[in-house]
Amino acid sequence: MFMLEKAMVGSRRYWSWMVFLLLLAAFGLVFYLRQLSYGLGITGMSRDVSWGIYIAQFTFFVGVAASAVMVLLPCYLHDVQQFGKITLLGELLAISAVIMCMLFIFVDMGQPTRVLNVLLYPTLSSLMFWDMVSLGGYLLLNAVIATAMLNSEYKGVPAPTWTKPLILLSIPWAVSIHTVTAFLYNGLAGRSLWFTAVLAPRFLASAFASGPALMILLCLALRRLTSFDAGQDAIRRLGVIVTYAMTVNVFFLLLELFTSLYSHVPEDAQPFAYLFFGLEGKHGLVPLMWLSSALAVAALIALLVPGLRRKESVLALAAVFVFLSLWLEKGLGLIVAGFVPSPLGDVTPYAPTGPEWAIVVGIWAIGALMITVFYKITVSIREAN
Amino acid sequence: MKITRKEFLRILGASAAAAGAARLLHAVRGESAMPSQFVGRKQRWGMAIDFQKCRADKGCDDCLRACHSVHNVPQIPDPRHEVKWIWKEPYEKVFPFQQTDYTRQTFTGNPLPILCNHCASPPCVRVCPTQATWKRDDGIVMMDYHRCIGCRYCMAACPYGSRSFNWFDPRPYISKQNSGYATRTKGVVEKCNFCEERLADGLLPACVEACSQKALVFGDLNNEGSEVRQILGKHFSIQRRPELGCGPSIFYLI
Repeated sequence: MFMLEKAMVGSRRYWSWMVFLLLLAAFGLVFYLRQLSYGLGITGMSRDVSWGIYIAQFTFFVGVAASAVMVLLPCYLHDVQQFGKITLLGELLAISAVIMCMLFIFVDMGQPTRVLNVLLYPTLSSLMFWDMVSLGGYLLLNAVIATAMLNSEYKGVPAPTWTKPLILLSIPWAVSIHTVTAFLYNGLAGRSLWFTAVLAPRFLASAFASGPALMILLCLALRRLTSFDAGQDAIRRLGVIVTYAMTVNVFFLLLELFTSLYSHVPEDAQPFAYLFFGLEGKHGLVPLMWLSSALAVAALIALLVPGLRRKESVLALAAVFVFLSLWLEKGLGLIVAGFVPSPLGDVTPYAPTGPEWAIVVGIWAIGALMITVFYKITVSIREAN
Repeated sequence: MKITRKEFLRILGASAAAAGAARLLHAVRGESAMPSQFVGRKQRWGMAIDFQKCRADKGCDDCLRACHSVHNVPQIPDPRHEVKWIWKEPYEKVFPFQQTDYTRQTFTGNPLPILCNHCASPPCVRVCPTQATWKRDDGIVMMDYHRCIGCRYCMAACPYGSRSFNWFDPRPYISKQNSGYATRTKGVVEKCNFCEERLADGLLPACVEACSQKALVFGDLNNEGSEVRQILGKHFSIQRRPELGCGPSIFYLI
């Protein structure tokens, strides 16, 4: 707790931001309490579309959590020194994202008080059990590493040697959390949109694009708001990672589209038709999916042309586009459309309701709050040295 | 009583030998007699639904009403929040690929009852993180409403849409409560239980009993002499999406 004091002193701007986030979190909590007393009927979910934005956001943020590996791996396996200053930021982002994931799962439970039944009756055949194990382990790993690193920075000594093997372990572990999350979906024979072996690689590609994109934006924000500068080189290198990952992600999506649409197998084509053209006159997701595609194309143009990518303002805009594009595609479309059409061929539209949005915003606010506090501590320690 | 180390080791050795011998005996005996003996003894409940008899009266909903009143299934008007154990859907939705455009006798629009398939290899059971849904030895896929955490993973896994979630307290939507069966609470999943509570009392499932056309035939699929096996042996029947490998216990005679 020696470090929390660093988060307790700050400028007026810092405190207004904190109060703003706390208010949003409280706003979400109020609606969660309503959901708790009324039931999940308060959301837009239904008998046919039985998972909605909570589970979709969970999936998206598992990706953000896993993407910390994209700063750790170059730094520890390829000795990319420029990332030395931001590995800690990556781990702290991972911690915040994993906690957000857990909250998204928690608010999706019909009987949240019984959630520990998952530990009481561990079921090895259920991927949800394994997801809990992998996310819990990842959280623990990152919490231990990040605490040790902060501690040694505070004391002005190098990080203890025992953190090295843990860091190396966290690299494959990060890959595992998103693979297991993909397995949650792609082992279900009845949901053709998810029933594809490319789902896990696609999840990883989108994770390694969206996470580092967020990292770029956070680094730019830190430079503007604090004395901390990740360095132009580090930010550019993150840009290269986003470029590769986003290209691979779009490639995987095109593979899916080709296989499903060219083969003309109705079951495989229908969910994609629903996403991009609408089915039976229901086009709720169509504008969002085209927006996602347009953002992806625009981002790719900005990223793939070196002259453009090197301009920081363009890179920042591309990062925003990548994040939004994947947020729409993975954080909403991919999960919702898995339920369309239903096993009986019904096309049931889904849109989050007001209370559902409020709960989602509340969890984002908690995530932003954690990142703010963690980064404030880190920057304060570095300023003191 | 005091045991010396020597005695302890002797007892340990003797018990290990006894346990090993028993296992060996079991293995040898099992090898010769197991298969036919075992399969014959184990029940597997199943049902045959005769489409010709069922469609004789398209408007009939006796099976649905019997089931839903016995099991306190709420009647929720909003289809998005409905709870259903057994209900009717038009033929083309139940078997979308079992009819050509040129079928002599068109079945389109004819309602057909559907319910939980009580699969031999149920995906819902595989994915449930708490074993709140499990398969009994007699093939019935059960639900524990007190253990279910309401994650709805089973609903995502079921390829038949047979599971319902209680999006809110269902009790206000039960017009006449049957005190013989538990009502459910908000936040848990439920589905057809093949009337396991009636089977335990030696009764047929409520839907089977209620059908005046005798279109639903219930029985032990592992017993060659049972009525359901006789019918399945004589007539051509189809299952919903058998290609998924779930092994449904519900058969449709077309």
